[in-house]
Amino acid sequence: MQRLRFTVLVLLLSAACAVGAMPATDIHEYTLDNGLKLVVRPDRRAPVVVSQIWYKVGSSYEPAGLTGVSHVLEHMMFKGTPRYPVGEFSRLIALNGGRENAFTSRDYTAYYQQLAADRLALSFELEADRMRNLRIQESEFTKEIQVVMEERRLRTEDDPISLALERFNTVVYPLSPYRNPVIGWMGDLQALTVQDLERWYQQWYAPNNAILVVAGDVDPQAVKRLAEQHFGPVPRRAVPQPRPPIELHNPGPRRLTQRLPAQLPYLTVSYNVPSLATATDPADAYALDVLAGVLDGGESARFARELVRGRELAAGLSAGYSMTTRLDSQFAVAGYPAPGKTLDELEAAVLEQIERLRREPVGTEELERVKNQLIADHLYQLDSIFYQAMQIGVLETTGIGWRALQEYERNIRAVSAERLQAVAAKYLTEARRAVLHLVPDNGQKGQD
Amino acid sequence: MRRMRTSLLGLLLLLPALAQAIPPIQHWVQEDGARVYFVATDALPIVDVRLTFDAAAARDGKLPGLARLTNGLLDQGNGGLSADEVAARFEQVGARLSGGSERDMAWLQLRSLSEPKALNAAIDTLALVLGKPEFPAAAVERQRRQMLVALQAVKQSPDKLGERAFYQAIYGDHPYATPPSGTEDSVKAIRRDDVVAFYRRHYTAPNAVVALTGDLSREQAAAIARTLTAGLPRGEAPPPLPPVPKPTQGAQHRVPFASSQTHVYIGAPAIDRASPDYFAFAVGNHVLGGGGLVSLLNQAMREQRGLSYSSASYFVPSARPGPFIISTQVRNERVDEALEVIRQLFRQLRSEGPSKEQLDAAKRNITGSFPLSLDSNSDIVAQLSAIGFYRLPLDYLDNYVRRVEQVSAEDIRKAFQTHLDPDTMTTVLVGPAPEQQP
Repeated sequence: MQRLRFTVLVLLLSAACAVGAMPATDIHEYTLDNGLKLVVRPDRRAPVVVSQIWYKVGSSYEPAGLTGVSHVLEHMMFKGTPRYPVGEFSRLIALNGGRENAFTSRDYTAYYQQLAADRLALSFELEADRMRNLRIQESEFTKEIQVVMEERRLRTEDDPISLALERFNTVVYPLSPYRNPVIGWMGDLQALTVQDLERWYQQWYAPNNAILVVAGDVDPQAVKRLAEQHFGPVPRRAVPQPRPPIELHNPGPRRLTQRLPAQLPYLTVSYNVPSLATATDPADAYALDVLAGVLDGGESARFARELVRGRELAAGLSAGYSMTTRLDSQFAVAGYPAPGKTLDELEAAVLEQIERLRREPVGTEELERVKNQLIADHLYQLDSIFYQAMQIGVLETTGIGWRALQEYERNIRAVSAERLQAVAAKYLTEARRAVLHLVPDNGQKGQD
Repeated sequence: MRRMRTSLLGLLLLLPALAQAIPPIQHWVQEDGARVYFVATDALPIVDVRLTFDAAAARDGKLPGLARLTNGLLDQGNGGLSADEVAARFEQVGARLSGGSERDMAWLQLRSLSEPKALNAAIDTLALVLGKPEFPAAAVERQRRQMLVALQAVKQSPDKLGERAFYQAIYGDHPYATPPSGTEDSVKAIRRDDVVAFYRRHYTAPNAVVALTGDLSREQAAAIARTLTAGLPRGEAPPPLPPVPKPTQGAQHRVPFASSQTHVYIGAPAIDRASPDYFAFAVGNHVLGGGGLVSLLNQAMREQRGLSYSSASYFVPSARPGPFIISTQVRNERVDEALEVIRQLFRQLRSEGPSKEQLDAAKRNITGSFPLSLDSNSDIVAQLSAIGFYRLPLDYLDNYVRRVEQVSAEDIRKAFQTHLDPDTMTTVLVGPAPEQQP
């Protein structure tokens, strides 16, 4: 119903995309001679196809001073090649009844087209062309960097929660490159050059650093032949093997207060935890997923039942854990105090809830309900062809691998109450905790 | 290289396989007056049910926010069960309930597994939500406070502020001016009795459209629909909304806001959902600003000038003429330039119509992407709800592509000239006043 969920976690967990249940047999994987990996998911419900090309590069690959370069390059990828000059890519896709766009995150940059299933060749032709022939022109860059700065103003600078969370991330991650915003710091955007983009493109846009995901009304063998025809000629290239810093496991308690022009106070409590990619024991990651469900798996979960209804301390409160990240992740709670309640009161109530997870086992019936809901939600995700391709792409670019889809239900079912309690006790500790208070202050401008 | 081009050309000439994209719709009217729309899809073991009521902000009367408050309270205590128990009944079987209320439509939507035990439990609980809401006084107060928080959130969002101001400016005294999230004064003034009366008046079977899709037989679908509407209050559908007067003069409003960008809204009431000009409008709007990266607005604002990240136009065909809106966000110092560009583009398209090339490209995109709007159960159930709510013909989807293809440049010119006059359009700007800018 119309609860106050608004943007609570979306902003915080930019890669918030969990793995899902899927019939185990019907995903096909191939690797082309040039190293391009192809994953095909046939889904014949409608005569459509989605094609996504995922590059293993994103903001977490960017060195200091060059933040935002992956995302700006994503924009420049629409600015033409010798064969298909600026505007042609989008024009041809539109003319063929397609939808297209691209997105950049911490761990990946991805481009997609949604088309009638018989138009897949067009998508391959155009993507293969811009994988190696992109022409980055100064005149186009000068305009496009302005567009990106407008995007930053729209999404971050003029939105108090976004702005506070951007700063909070530098506190949550003392070392990890996840501390930098995907869109880049404004100062870095102002300093960015065509040469930076050119280098970034040459370094990372290689078939052996990409995954091509196709889902829809297709025959896997035919897709493979089509991929060989279009992407096969793109030569393999040496790609850097970066070694990002390992995040501190116990950075110590941290606290950030942001006074910004805003109307609503806003709280975040975040814990440094491993992801499915980094956990020594993957079972820990599944347990964290269930723990988030215990707190906020639905309207009958603890937050809604006890803090939004029951004690009426929160106007809206979410818990989220993104297990599908390449580097260490976070387990985060975020929300708004109810009118008349303070950030301190809400924080205390959240910490009590966390303490309870550490102290007492979750009851049998409650655990059953949380698991049922998680597993049903993942089955529901099969309704979207686009999302199925998306899950595969995220799992591949984060190094987890799409086979995790097939193990999700079993792994969730396997989480016991004892395991939940042990994992809560291990990870949801003060030494791993960072707290953000956004305090509305309309007497002054932002602190930057 | 030449071979590639040839194969591309070959592709361009093919039409997508439309026929298999359109699912057969089954429709019937129940004895109690509820209208039911059903599409069977058996590929996934899930069921989607959406009930739509003419019970949204346009029916708020003197109490803006009443429809949304009522909708949000439907599941907060039902037939002797507490809100906690209702929620647990859905979630125990993995079902998801959502709801909402905008200007024309209020709805509840359920997604459930089709496995009979789960589905039956979810449907029985939904029947309680629809037929036995108790509107406990404490829940009314809690929901009221949450709506007040949401209204505070509006005040820190230039986008939402702009939309509210725009609707108020173009609709004046018409019910469409009412913001679905209400106003502070009104949300504070609503009494529990108002909520109960609104529910009894509007959540009736003759005012309901039930859309179902998923792994069901027609008999099962019919039984579910009957179960869901059985407990609804007796009553009639409300009378039609009043007509929307044509605007007689243009205006520019400024909403002060401390932001680095100014949010721009330009437009006026345009057409209703049944208008014979609907398809001409749809294609014309696609050319102007509905077609994504390749639209005229995006080309002029983003690609050629780097003025904005997103510039779009859209229209909201409604029971009564809904708005046509051009919207963008630009950094404050270039607002005047942006307004100039937008107004010039619109005037030109309105007076000349699209070029043949623009028209063809728009039609090909709309018709070619049509299957994408029917490629999931959630898409299908949304389409069914719209067809039912606006009483579109059952062959609406079958004829969609043909209707788009029939639109001429002259149709678009005429549609824009009949329904929109640049001199009587309203502009809303949200951002710092020019003298306050650094």
